[in-house]
Amino acid sequence: MTAAAPPPTEQGRTLLYRDAVNEALRQEMARDPSVFCIGVGIGERGGSYQITKGLHAEFGPKRVIDTPIAEPSIVGAGVGAAITGMRPVVEVLFVDFTLLTMDQVVNQAAKFRLMSGGKGSVPLVLRTQGGVGDSVAAQHSQSLEALFYHIPGLKVAMPSTPYDAKGLLTSAIRDDDPVIFIEHKLLYMTEGPVPEEEYAIDLGVADVRRAGRDCTLVAWSNMVPRSLEAAELLAAEGIEVEVIDPRSLVPLDRHAILESVRRTEHVVIVQEAVRRGGVASDMASIIQAEAFDYLDAPVEIVAGRNTPIPFSRGLEQACIPQVDDILAAVRRAVYA
Amino acid sequence: MPDLDRARLLDLYRTLCTIRRFEESCIRLYRQGGIRGYLHPYLGEEAIAAGVCAALGPDDYIVSTHRGHGHCLARGGRLDRMFAEITGKATGYCGGLGGSMHIADVEAGNLGANGIVGAGIPIGVGAALGATIRGESRLCVVFSSDGAACHGTFGEALNLAAIWDLPLLLVIENNQFAVSTTVDKSSRLSELHKRGLGYGVEGARVDGNDVAAVYERAAEARERCLAGDGPLLLEAMTYRHAGHHVNDPGDYMPQDQVEHYKSRDPLILCRRRLAEAGAPESEVDAVDAEVEAAIEAALEFARTSPEPDVDAFVHQLPP
Repeated sequence: MTAAAPPPTEQGRTLLYRDAVNEALRQEMARDPSVFCIGVGIGERGGSYQITKGLHAEFGPKRVIDTPIAEPSIVGAGVGAAITGMRPVVEVLFVDFTLLTMDQVVNQAAKFRLMSGGKGSVPLVLRTQGGVGDSVAAQHSQSLEALFYHIPGLKVAMPSTPYDAKGLLTSAIRDDDPVIFIEHKLLYMTEGPVPEEEYAIDLGVADVRRAGRDCTLVAWSNMVPRSLEAAELLAAEGIEVEVIDPRSLVPLDRHAILESVRRTEHVVIVQEAVRRGGVASDMASIIQAEAFDYLDAPVEIVAGRNTPIPFSRGLEQACIPQVDDILAAVRRAVYA
Repeated sequence: MPDLDRARLLDLYRTLCTIRRFEESCIRLYRQGGIRGYLHPYLGEEAIAAGVCAALGPDDYIVSTHRGHGHCLARGGRLDRMFAEITGKATGYCGGLGGSMHIADVEAGNLGANGIVGAGIPIGVGAALGATIRGESRLCVVFSSDGAACHGTFGEALNLAAIWDLPLLLVIENNQFAVSTTVDKSSRLSELHKRGLGYGVEGARVDGNDVAAVYERAAEARERCLAGDGPLLLEAMTYRHAGHHVNDPGDYMPQDQVEHYKSRDPLILCRRRLAEAGAPESEVDAVDAEVEAAIEAALEFARTSPEPDVDAFVHQLPP
């Protein structure tokens, strides 16, 4: 179903991450009349982050639908439309607000395929964004991917670059199962190469963002640029770090992670989400079960602190992984 | 007073009778250990599903509830595959993966029963929305209840259907109990159909035990919804013959009320209408016998059907 993705070129055209998401929506809506967008303020206004800018003018109010602030029922309407042959892309402005929609996501969307004996499906994309921004406080800063990761029947994609944002969203829309697509508010204004033509990046295929022989760093979403920054600094010390971005957490490219770990024999997993019950812990358990004999040191996890995110800037930043935390973890792993 | 022809009434009676015998068989089977899990019989409420579904076109959708066997059967569900599903057999509608609370047949327009009260309302809104985007003339009927009318989704989803003028008929099956809580303890407003007014949605009340009245109301509502009038609310007054589920003795249900509604049993009322329409008793009795035979054959199908293959199921799961 998905086309092979052309590699991003350094010379070619560049787009902002938010505009790459927009381009995927536009191209998929043009390609497939069953695709439509629905959410709060996504119509003429183009959404709070301008993700749907121009789509209302191009596709009209029937396919770019503004809604009242009623997240549970907006997602529910998406589920009903998806069951009956549409491919809705539902925007929930903050991942924090998806908590309101959990019945429809967890009890309805995730379970319908199984409950209907495989005869029904829910080709729904729930687009949202998360993570710490610039002091937006406890109810607008969370990283909640572990909640969705935990639920069988859902797929979870978390792009870290404009190129991946476009290609993964294209795949998500074409997927026959519900996909939770979590963008990051601090990535929206980052820029990178994005080919103009349609392309899809398969879910479940990791990207090696930087090759290295000494230590594997697994990171996703906004922790990827931070890990790449750490990797450059470590290179100056003579430690060559391999940075792997799984791009989707479900399905997870175990093979890419394990293959890298078996080569480097050291691994650090970086997540912005709180440490307790996180995806990193599950990855660590997979790695120790599948590659125990290759490990030269314990699996290191760098994660958010187990607290709601405080408002004040200094406190806020103390709660999520910083470059220094990643540097320290890699040194611990490598010199253990 | 509805004035349906004899053939239509006889069809309605057949549906009532089918649901009644199906539910009685399920309860019997449950007591014998042939059905596991939860079972919420529709006994006493059959006229609502029968009347509403008879008014639908082949492309219309329904969204059902945890008390959903009647909706599925009235929408054309086959007895054999229903029994097979409820007994967890591979030949069931969902291969035994769904069970009593999750029977769905999307191809037939049955978007599924639901274990979560109120959750089906926004799903129905989405089905109606999708049909509208595609430019198709299709009604979506959502069956809900007095319990669901107190749920947040009721207001949210009804509002969405209203602002988008969707072809949605929201049926409140008011059986007067949300599990065991009486409607007067759940709602300050006793006429639940009036809740629509706050959203700009017209509502009406109908005797939910009179299948002819339900049918006529639903047919009229369907026409209006499809003409672009937007959603409508239909509150069908009814009563359970027993507790919330098969193991609930329903001690909280006042006996005089139970007796009153049993005297107004949907099957009795329909037989009365048939007699008024000139149908000889033998013709109605013949329907009873026909349904009885169909039930026996379907039970036998379910009994002799294979269990789902555990290895095959486990094998296809992701790591």
